[in-house]
Amino acid sequence: MRFMMLVIPDGYGEAPPGTVPDAAGVEEMMAFNRQLEDSGVLVALDGLHPPSMGARVTWRNREKTVTDGPFAEAREVLGGYWIIDVPSKEDAIAWAMRVPFQEDGVIEIRQVQEMEDFPEDVQAAASGFAEMREAARAGNP
Amino acid sequence: MSDAGAAPAHRAVEAVWRIESTRLIAGLARVVRDVGLAEDLAQDALVAALEHWPHTGVPENPGAWLMAVARRRGIDIIRRRQRAEPRYAEIGRELEDGRQRAEGALDAAIDDDVGDDVLRLIFTACHPVLSAEARVALTLRLLGGLTTAEIARAYLSKESAVAQRIVRAKRTLAEARVPFELPRGPDRAARLGSVLEVIYLIFNEGYAATAGDDWMRPALCEDALRMGRVLAALAPVEPEVHGLVALMELQASRIRARTNQAGEPVLLLDQERSRWDRLLIQRGLRALARAESLGGMLGPYALQAAIAACHARAETASDTDWQRIAALYDALAQLAPSPIVELNRAVAVAMAFGPEVGLEIVDALVRAGALEGYHLLHAVRGDLLWKLGRPREAQPEFERAAALTANEIEKALMRRRAEGCASLAPARSTTIARRAPAPVRRPRRRGQPGE
Repeated sequence: MRFMMLVIPDGYGEAPPGTVPDAAGVEEMMAFNRQLEDSGVLVALDGLHPPSMGARVTWRNREKTVTDGPFAEAREVLGGYWIIDVPSKEDAIAWAMRVPFQEDGVIEIRQVQEMEDFPEDVQAAASGFAEMREAARAGNP
Repeated sequence: MSDAGAAPAHRAVEAVWRIESTRLIAGLARVVRDVGLAEDLAQDALVAALEHWPHTGVPENPGAWLMAVARRRGIDIIRRRQRAEPRYAEIGRELEDGRQRAEGALDAAIDDDVGDDVLRLIFTACHPVLSAEARVALTLRLLGGLTTAEIARAYLSKESAVAQRIVRAKRTLAEARVPFELPRGPDRAARLGSVLEVIYLIFNEGYAATAGDDWMRPALCEDALRMGRVLAALAPVEPEVHGLVALMELQASRIRARTNQAGEPVLLLDQERSRWDRLLIQRGLRALARAESLGGMLGPYALQAAIAACHARAETASDTDWQRIAALYDALAQLAPSPIVELNRAVAVAMAFGPEVGLEIVDALVRAGALEGYHLLHAVRGDLLWKLGRPREAQPEFERAAALTANEIEKALMRRRAEGCASLAPARSTTIARRAPAPVRRPRRRGQPGE
């Protein structure tokens, strides 16, 4: 089963543009990443710049508005993620417990949807999805 | 534990166990120089964790916690033993030293070169002094982190039988005084071969299981894959390790497409390719590229992976590069000759160069009498004869294949094809011809080739 571990650090919503973790923090995180890799469970991982460098497109009553970050109303914002392949949700939790978080924050664990989780008509409608995802990945290594 | 919350708490402890157990056992084995004792100590630590953690929560550093408990137990046992056998005195000292160090913060000594210890553990669990069955059970237990009950479920056997097998295996290792070390020199290739064989046996046990079975059986594929990836991380310069990982990733990528809604098997060329797992394909192709980049001739696993990769790369069944597959089977037949490889080669050659060339290979097999009772030999021969417009000769082959297979669905298919031979003029039927590559269905035999 694949799970995404979403990293939601406290206060990341207000982090100024260009905020990155320091070398010590990265080093610790890399040790954790290596554990995931050496255990044969790591599928993907990425870190995200703070919302102050991003933007939002919001749909309200068929109207679209674009807002540049930071976003005043956003409390929990994503700082990065891992995708891991493990036998159960308990294993994903056990891995999340090991994340070397420097400050307060949340790791949210979400199971990745697989094709067979959908009814047949949805599977038919989604035909080509897997190839598309892979092509996108291959072009973006 | 008898309260209602016990089950999830136990599952949480077991999940931590799956992450920690291999490193724990490997680190302990280095100190006590006895894999059996190391495993016993680790089990004691697991029992302690199951008792404590549901109440106290999982400790901050569960690995160090488990190691501390195991060391304490180890010191008791070693003290008792050293009265009888002086060689235990040194081991006892090392355990004490380790405990004192560990009482600081992290048990750095264990973390540092635990990779080599895990590698030693893999080689020991797959030692040739053990039977294949014992190697499989011990590997799942020591490297896969499976409980005896889980192994029993996966292998449809009794828990007591599996427990016995593991106890005997540990005793055999102790009696043979198998050292806890990395094999070197000429021995290494053979020992590595045994490791790869065990992992692939586990994978195939899961892969051969049909839909509707207990989930533990397909889970064996995932266990084998994980162990393969771990091995690849620990022994990155061994091309065949990457070859095996590539083969398993590529085969596993088709698991979801191998059966239809009714649970019936779907042959490789008839599979819906959109159901193949692209992520696993990508990983498999990467592992294959790594095996190729390490230089030298491709070994049997890498060759089988390369064949599987030809299928994975083909967008539709008709895009398959059969000439390349035939060439790869040629190489495989020279490196690891077997009648099964030869039969698969015949199919590939027939697809690449025409049924008459394939039939020559099959007829040579028939003359050698190698696969006489094997239904796929007759299924392939029948198919090639059919394609050559010789239905009268094809018919008895299909009938024989139907009589020989134990699989009801395959039996029905072979009967239909025999009837087709009887009733139809010797014309080519595209729908039936598409079924030609039937022999890539994998028989449950050791040493079978990849598709």
